[in-house]
Amino acid sequence: MAGSNPNAKPMDLTLKVWRQKNKDAAGQLVTYPVKGISPDMSFLEMMDVLNENLLRSGEDPIAFDHDCREGICGACSLHINGRPHGPERGTTTCQLHMRHFKDGDTITIEPWRAAAFPVHKDLVVDRSAFDRIQQAGGYVSVNTGGVPDANEIPIPKTIADKAFDAATCIQCGACVAACKNASAILFVSAKVSQLALLPQGKVERQTRVENMVAQMEIEGFGACSNTGACAAECPVGISLENINMLRREYISAKATSENF
Amino acid sequence: MNWFTKTFSSTVGRKIVMSITGLFLCSFLVVHLIGNLQLFKDDGGEAFNIYSHFMATNPIIRTMEIVLVLGFLFHIYDAIVLTRKNKAARPIGYADSRPQENSTWSSRNMGLLGTVILVFLIIHLWNFFVPARFGGLDGVVIENVEYDNLYLKVVQSFDIWWYVAIYVISMVALAYHLIHGFQSAFQSLGLDHKKYTPFIQKFGYAFSVIVCAGFAVIPLYFFFLK
Repeated sequence: MAGSNPNAKPMDLTLKVWRQKNKDAAGQLVTYPVKGISPDMSFLEMMDVLNENLLRSGEDPIAFDHDCREGICGACSLHINGRPHGPERGTTTCQLHMRHFKDGDTITIEPWRAAAFPVHKDLVVDRSAFDRIQQAGGYVSVNTGGVPDANEIPIPKTIADKAFDAATCIQCGACVAACKNASAILFVSAKVSQLALLPQGKVERQTRVENMVAQMEIEGFGACSNTGACAAECPVGISLENINMLRREYISAKATSENF
Repeated sequence: MNWFTKTFSSTVGRKIVMSITGLFLCSFLVVHLIGNLQLFKDDGGEAFNIYSHFMATNPIIRTMEIVLVLGFLFHIYDAIVLTRKNKAARPIGYADSRPQENSTWSSRNMGLLGTVILVFLIIHLWNFFVPARFGGLDGVVIENVEYDNLYLKVVQSFDIWWYVAIYVISMVALAYHLIHGFQSAFQSLGLDHKKYTPFIQKFGYAFSVIVCAGFAVIPLYFFFLK
């Protein structure tokens, strides 16, 4: 393997993995040993090794979400040793490497736990609640016609930076997984802030926050207790400031909007 | 539902109610503590008894008492509603969970701390407020006027070791409740900016420790020094 460390010793691990046949079945943690794991592997490559072992022995492989495997798509999840995306801060599961574990470690792997994120199978949860919240207001109106010039609308650098920081949310759901209340407010606030900060988002500014919060309630996410767990576990570092901005947006919209 | 009930029945809206009532209850703590400091006066309880008579009879105080009760009721009611919603939001928990890696203990246990404070409040009201307001205290004559001797009740109560222990433990719970709650209340109102949030956080911490230590010192003072 290019770039691999020739001195890295392969590891033997014990995995305790949540297995659940389908969304209606009862699940349980099942223990699997894996041998000869390279510290250079990503966590998902380690899961691939386990799945190949399972396939060889005729067992059903473990279902887990993954797509880009470079930390930008938000598909991967996994609650690893008690924390969303594992022990490293600012890291998605696909970017978590096995060098952060030791030979002989036992690793517990669970799906995100939230009523609004029902388990489909094994470690795969249904995160379409996020899509419905996004559809409720996470968009901007644009005119059709000629392509506008780039940078036509002046936006102060500090505002553009804040909006960009909020826009880095990859919708993975780690905030919900980390929150003791399974609250989705960090995700919702990132979307609300990103669009409320920019001139392009002003048209739907009031209805956006009202409708997205309303949808968040319908989906059955919990309330925010300001524990800060979401931001601490967020792989892309979405800040708690966004939640407080959502609250200002919410209060202002409720006090002044035409929606009754 | 109209816009008003819709607003204040959402989780964001309920937290606004939690924070406004919580900060109001904090202001009550300050008034209560300043009044109680008269217990340290070495006058056999005269100043304290005159003060408590004023508190029990002044019409403005009596009106604020109703507001105070409403503050407690809304704070407790919304806490129960939100806790139930929060529990329902995660019906199946994690087998392995390490919340200590991402949040403080007090921020995760506001309901538990609040319940301890509520139990304390019931004991406290039953022991002091009920006899003071509805009768059952001995009389004492101060400058030819008869007052209820609430001071004597304080002396007698804080002569009991387990009663003192309940007070001190409850004040520790209150301190932890406020250490998270005070600054959290400002966040729930969206009042957050790097200009002043660090001040609110430091002030909230100092407020929690000083106010609760102030309350806890009273039973300890009577038990050990009186």
